[in-house]
Amino acid sequence: MNSAVLVFPGINRERDMARTLRLVSGREASMVWHTETQLPQGTDLVVLPGGFSYGDYLRCGAIAARSPIMDAVRAHAAKGGLVLGVCNGFQILCEAGLLPGVLMRNQHLRFICRDVFLRVERSDTPFTRGYNAGQVIRVPVAHGEGNYIADGETVARLEGEGRVIFRYSSPDGIVDPDWNHNGAINAIAGIVNEGGNVLGMMPHPENHVESVIGSTDGRGLFAGLVQHFEKAA
Amino acid sequence: MPMKARVYVTLKSGILDPQGKAIEGALKSLGVEGITSVRQGKVFDIEVEATDRARAEAALKAAAEKLLANTVIENFRVEVIG
Repeated sequence: MNSAVLVFPGINRERDMARTLRLVSGREASMVWHTETQLPQGTDLVVLPGGFSYGDYLRCGAIAARSPIMDAVRAHAAKGGLVLGVCNGFQILCEAGLLPGVLMRNQHLRFICRDVFLRVERSDTPFTRGYNAGQVIRVPVAHGEGNYIADGETVARLEGEGRVIFRYSSPDGIVDPDWNHNGAINAIAGIVNEGGNVLGMMPHPENHVESVIGSTDGRGLFAGLVQHFEKAA
Repeated sequence: MPMKARVYVTLKSGILDPQGKAIEGALKSLGVEGITSVRQGKVFDIEVEATDRARAEAALKAAAEKLLANTVIENFRVEVIG
């Protein structure tokens, strides 16, 4: 699996992401600066990492979403290429129109930095084949604007088409307002686009891939992607 | 001379505004009377070089649609001051 990690000014999780990709796929990811207009030849997976691109000025992800490299990302996605956006990367994908909706300020206005539980809604996607449907994983979040919202029609479509991939839940997989840390509609933590090839999620699976950290629950996402490309090859 | 203009960006009705709610609460605790609701928005003061008002308005509308507002959740209004 050849990965390209996009780097925008103010992003700070790109090295965690690159490290995880190296650990799990055995290949070094290409770091791609936002002013580039092309992705490296043979890119399988494009990753938009977390951080604070452009200091969250205007709206989170708004300015990064208009970077030169994003046209290449759009073209990659249009061909069915896989794109993963984590945290600020999710916000950028929404602002770029690659995913519907928007990430608003957390309901209780606090920046949330802690482990959360996610219920994996489907296992039949390239991003979640390393998990079982209904499985609960523990991964960290670190965001002030993760409160997902879209208009009613869009949310109904996301739900109807099974495009909600991760939901905030209890350790037993129960979706309940007490476990919906940022107030996201329907406890949505991650969604895919219509084609199922672009995933945006607020939590950071890349930070839970080594046992020394205390959890390897995030590893399945990356291991599943590697498998997906091995099978395709 | 560039024209002076303003773009107002406001949250659509029905969109929860946690910041506005927090400000509303703070005003209540300060004892400011009669305030029943606060919604927070943004104002952009812009200078625009254009031969006439219609062109200036068109440029501002493009700016708002392309970047200043996220029309999923926000409305905008442009105003050329002159």
